[in-house]
Amino acid sequence: MSLYGTQKFLFHLNRDAGVQKRYRDDLAALLEDYDLVDEEREAILAGDIGKLYVLGANGQLLMHFAALLGMPWADYIEAMREGVRRHGPVRAGIYAMTTAMDEKVAGI
Amino acid sequence: MSLVFAGACSHAPGITGRAQLADVSLKDPLHAQMRRLGESMREARPDALIVIAAEHFANFFMNNMPAYAIGMADHYEGPIEDPAWLGIEKTRVPGNAALSQRIIKSVMNDVDVAFAEEWKFDHGIMVPLHFLTPAFDLPVIPVNINCQGPPLTPLARAWAFGEALRRACDAMPERIALVGSGGISHWPATPDSGKINEPWDREFLARWQRNDRAALLDYTDEATYHDAGQGGFEIRTFISVAAAARGPGHVRFYAPIPIFSVGCTVGTMGIA
Repeated sequence: MSLYGTQKFLFHLNRDAGVQKRYRDDLAALLEDYDLVDEEREAILAGDIGKLYVLGANGQLLMHFAALLGMPWADYIEAMREGVRRHGPVRAGIYAMTTAMDEKVAGI
Repeated sequence: MSLVFAGACSHAPGITGRAQLADVSLKDPLHAQMRRLGESMREARPDALIVIAAEHFANFFMNNMPAYAIGMADHYEGPIEDPAWLGIEKTRVPGNAALSQRIIKSVMNDVDVAFAEEWKFDHGIMVPLHFLTPAFDLPVIPVNINCQGPPLTPLARAWAFGEALRRACDAMPERIALVGSGGISHWPATPDSGKINEPWDREFLARWQRNDRAALLDYTDEATYHDAGQGGFEIRTFISVAAAARGPGHVRFYAPIPIFSVGCTVGTMGIA
């Protein structure tokens, strides 16, 4: 588990236009700069918000990544629910899901 | 001169970015009150605005995380977020490095604060500024309290930090406004986004309005996490404002707005 590496990647990507360019040009090469396990690398390559959420990526880092991917708000929220549905509860960090799967507190 | 204005408001990115998804009967009064907060601030004729924010990994990360940081630059950039997503265009915000440096030197007598000559604003500062200084024409001194990456600074230290800021402001010839920005109870950036503990919020705001130090500090992070979510850790910004202002608070607006993921709050605090 190298959650720190995943989060460091997201931190750089969210704030640095140069990293965003490398993300678009050659993501696999960019990811070589970070200490990641295969599960994390695959989730990033796939833009799998739900899996990254379950792995414990800080929600604020992940929210900005979802915005970068152009995900509408409702799709982003649903992607996190789908992650928990498929992979189980959030494994680390302070952004656990506490509502029921069908609760939809904001109506989406 | 001194501290000439103190207030607090929410900073949720939805307030600007998802405004079109909100009930207009809630969104319009909130936006109006946030703009009014800016008008009240400008009536105090400030030379600079200190924003006490709880940023979200725009600048500070777990490789070197300060509990407290103050910006020390002549300008800042923001937002780091996609402008279309946040509903705020990228812009350059004026700072005042010389004033920052004097404030930091003063604060350091009491709290070991980090300084930053480079600082990119995220929604935590850009959303308040969008309403407070729509033309981005007032020099801003950004302040951050780490509310994201535990271990977090104790609430009593957030109080001491506010006291130190007040001493610093009072020692400056400039007229300084202070606005804190944080959420009260909320569970942002999770599937729970939109969950709001309104009774908990109202109790916290009652304590804030009384400027009751003992009651404001009478929360543990464990209880806050349980009752108010990880977003509740941002009460530190409200606590620092209370310590700096010393007077009673006045909540001008409070309403849970689930699509904005937080109980949206606008308030001022008397300077005593």
